[in-house]
Amino acid sequence: MTPGLFVKQAGPLALIQDAGRFGVSHLGVTQGGAADWISCRWANWLLGNSPENAALEIVMGGNLTLEAEVEVTLALVGADLEARLDDKPLTARGTFTLAPGQRLSFRQPKDGLRTYLAFPGGLIAPEVLGSRACTAREQIGGLHDDGRPLQAGDRLVWQGSELAPRFLPRGVQLPLPRPVCALPIVLGSQAAQFAGRSLYQAFNQTWTVDQRADRMGIRLTGSPLDSALSGIVSEGIPLGGVQIPPDGQPIVLMNDRQTIGGYPRIGALTPSACARLAQCLPGAQVRLQPISATQAQMTHRRQLGVWA
Amino acid sequence: MRVRLETAAMDAITVRLFDTINEDNMAWIIAAERELRQAFEGNLIDLTPSYTTLLLQYDCTRLSFCEASSKIRHALNHLTPADTEYGRLHSIPVWYDESVGPELQRVAGSAGMSVEALIRRHCEHDYCVFALGFAPGYGFMGLVEEALATPRLATPRKRVAAGSVGIADRQTAIYPLLSPGGWNILGRTAVPLFEYARQGEPLLRPGDKVRFRAISKADFEADGGDTTPLEERA
Repeated sequence: MTPGLFVKQAGPLALIQDAGRFGVSHLGVTQGGAADWISCRWANWLLGNSPENAALEIVMGGNLTLEAEVEVTLALVGADLEARLDDKPLTARGTFTLAPGQRLSFRQPKDGLRTYLAFPGGLIAPEVLGSRACTAREQIGGLHDDGRPLQAGDRLVWQGSELAPRFLPRGVQLPLPRPVCALPIVLGSQAAQFAGRSLYQAFNQTWTVDQRADRMGIRLTGSPLDSALSGIVSEGIPLGGVQIPPDGQPIVLMNDRQTIGGYPRIGALTPSACARLAQCLPGAQVRLQPISATQAQMTHRRQLGVWA
Repeated sequence: MRVRLETAAMDAITVRLFDTINEDNMAWIIAAERELRQAFEGNLIDLTPSYTTLLLQYDCTRLSFCEASSKIRHALNHLTPADTEYGRLHSIPVWYDESVGPELQRVAGSAGMSVEALIRRHCEHDYCVFALGFAPGYGFMGLVEEALATPRLATPRKRVAAGSVGIADRQTAIYPLLSPGGWNILGRTAVPLFEYARQGEPLLRPGDKVRFRAISKADFEADGGDTTPLEERA
């Protein structure tokens, strides 16, 4: 048995995730992957890992406790979940070393919802359809390839030992919540099917993130939107697709969304906006901010450029 | 058939070929999928065909929105339907029984026929696979004859057992794995759809045809079928 990080206590939700599962949507298999891909990518970057390496997505914290069986340097980036190394508080913006017997624990969300723990060379887990992303609904991926979140008694082991730990560059903004998050959205052609007043409302009201939020979709509540279409013939749904079911309350479709669906959509959030929304707790206030696909691509390339 | 391109997301375009569900669409959708895969090669991230559309996600670090659009137009410029021999015919054995198909009575009742007649009629038709989605290897099939069409359950079940065969409106499908669902469940098959899908080789593909075949409990068990009643699995 390879020594690693032993899961003493499992929190509400911790999942092995990587960049996602691509080229499989025609099988009905969802994309998965780190919901805040930007923080996850920084965590891997800090250890000199590749962006595709598997890391741990920790949601809420909830007393997740990991005990080191061997000395290891890890990186933690994302939400402030009150992480502690034994009793010492840790910020989720850098690397740290655990000695054998030391414990890493997470309490509750103080700023944001998800934090990413990266391991040297990435976590070892079975690769399914080109990815280690864990999707509970599909019973695919994760430590035992059954889609199960981390459980007490699991042991995390990693690929590499060589390390080139780095520091997070000064001024890096993680996609953590703000008092009112502006979420850039690329309008889809079905937007034309919404009443003018509804479109005005879509972009000029503050939406509230609902309790009904998970890795599949995040519901927003506010003044309902009216579409001339009640349903459409099911079609492929992109990441961040904002669908409007008959009750007029938008659902933003996230990494574990179903691959096809039959509600009209006003557009799709950009990948960076999805990362930010994934960090919002229920009750958070957001606004939808329309931008063109070309503009969104420029911003996206700039974002990717920081890791180049 | 007229190709229409619609913005779906920063890096995704909906390629719309049709507006309504029709079996004849499939030859075009399959041909379009083939052409687009060929044209985009390494610049394709995901391609999701459905009843009337294909959602194409491209690598926006390598192609601009305009380049991707013109590549699609070029690839589909002289599209001809795939030949009619593209689909395979699958014979899917199903154990139709109240214990694993709790809506047999409901569907038969609303169709005004006996359960035996319902089973016979459900098995009489070659259903076309229109699209994969909802879950790995889940094929949306149809069209079920009008008489058997039954709306979804008012309250979806939290858990529907793997292999469950159901009807919703004029569609029919098999649940590849344990999942929530609101379809009317008529029976169960032991064919491991999920296992095929997770190997990357789905048993059912768009354009295939499926014919259900009623089998006995003994045959279902001999196939390795799980006879645990549906509601006990819930």
